[in-house]
Amino acid sequence: MYVAVKGGERAIENAHAWLAEERRGDTGIAELSVAQIREQLSLAVNRVMAEGSLYDPDLAALAIKQARGDLIEAIFLIRAYRTTLPRFGASEPVETDEMVCDRRISATFKDAPGGQVLGPTFDYTHRLLDFKLAAEGDLPDAPEAAALEAAVPHITGFLNREGLIQTEDESDATPPDLTREPMELPASRALRLQSLTRGDEGFVLGMAYSTQRGYARNHAFVGELRIGTVEVEMEVPELGFAIGIGEITLTECETVNQFKGSKTEPPQFTRGYGLVFGQTERKAISMALVDRALRWKELGEDDVGAPAQDEEFVLMHADNIQATGFLEHIKLPHYVDFQSELELVRKLRREAEGQEAREAAE
Amino acid sequence: MTENSERQAWMSTLAKAPAADLARLWEGLGLKPEHEMLRAPEVGAVMVRGRTGATGAPFNLGEMTVTRCSLRLGCGAVGHGYVQGRNKGHATNAALVDALMQTEDAGRVREGIVGPLTEALVAAKAKRRAKAAATKVEFFTMQRGED
Repeated sequence: MYVAVKGGERAIENAHAWLAEERRGDTGIAELSVAQIREQLSLAVNRVMAEGSLYDPDLAALAIKQARGDLIEAIFLIRAYRTTLPRFGASEPVETDEMVCDRRISATFKDAPGGQVLGPTFDYTHRLLDFKLAAEGDLPDAPEAAALEAAVPHITGFLNREGLIQTEDESDATPPDLTREPMELPASRALRLQSLTRGDEGFVLGMAYSTQRGYARNHAFVGELRIGTVEVEMEVPELGFAIGIGEITLTECETVNQFKGSKTEPPQFTRGYGLVFGQTERKAISMALVDRALRWKELGEDDVGAPAQDEEFVLMHADNIQATGFLEHIKLPHYVDFQSELELVRKLRREAEGQEAREAAE
Repeated sequence: MTENSERQAWMSTLAKAPAADLARLWEGLGLKPEHEMLRAPEVGAVMVRGRTGATGAPFNLGEMTVTRCSLRLGCGAVGHGYVQGRNKGHATNAALVDALMQTEDAGRVREGIVGPLTEALVAAKAKRRAKAAATKVEFFTMQRGED
């Protein structure tokens, strides 16, 4: 418990003024604009949108500037802003089948229809610092080639035809929303996916990695990873039909997991699913692995006691804003709490000393 | 195309078009239709949904910002604007264009605004597709040393 303490106003005001000055840094260096952050730090912007759970590149860029590049602080700002917006409704589920792909790869099928399209990836770069970027350099034009018009089909669709992979149950049920009702456990898969897609990238990555190292290993292949734009449509009551209200970039990962069959399911491949705002590949793959690990119960697998199988552990600790809020509150004044702790320790010491004195006398 | 699908197409174009492009084309057309606001421009959020495994049950992915506006022209035509982002001018211009597209000015508005915006969106998309196509892997099999 912490109590209000007066007397800090001037110190707080001055601290904030200094914060603003430090944020700006050396005024001899040109100031960074929000548009520059949006365009040139776009993967940071994407992460803030995904974990802030609000798709708006300009706002995310502003939050990054305000937070001095502290992405969790920026996500905090976005979450706080989000609560001020009236909600107009929910979209139709986005059709990732119709995604216009910048990138689309499969680790399972070399000759997947639609091909392996690398897109603007860090893969195959040498991870050597490029000092040309430190100097002002010329911008090379990205080469172009005759574009394929057709939408690229999902790879899991092919496995589905042979019945070799578990199918997803079709449904149009309204999904639960953890931003409206507190999360209840056990959580449905829909709720787990919502929690994971806005979860902390580092936490979800760590959980996913633990499954690869053997804690509830589920032998994941990246069946397909795609990054691109999809149209968002919403039914508008005053019109009586659905219209496109915008376009967003998404990263989708479908894993194909080895599965020997269980008490309830035949031997077949199973699936993990990741879908995240923006170009957020590491997060989408991590999400798919953790999603798959959390499905042990519905697939009739054994609980091997691995952290990634523990829904309560994963879902209650994935949110970096909840985590940092609770963690950082302990630095706020706890003077009264601590005073009583102090009294308690003094009392215990007095009693212990009295005991010793008595024993010595006897 | 039915009447609805035509309207869906132009509303979707107006939602996605850059606000500055729409504003410039709107100014260029020089139309200043009398209108009354039915719903003043308002910034809000829409919860975007995905589907489990791309084909299964819906789940909530996160929200996006949307600005909406509704108005009625002097002639009675009602226009709605639902646009991505937080630009109130964008939503107002979209609602004005939506309303005018239902009047005898539709031809001019299509030619001066909706057409060029659609073309720009298609061109931008084609450019990205072409860049993506250039990164497509062309596998070839190395000769095996078995014979």
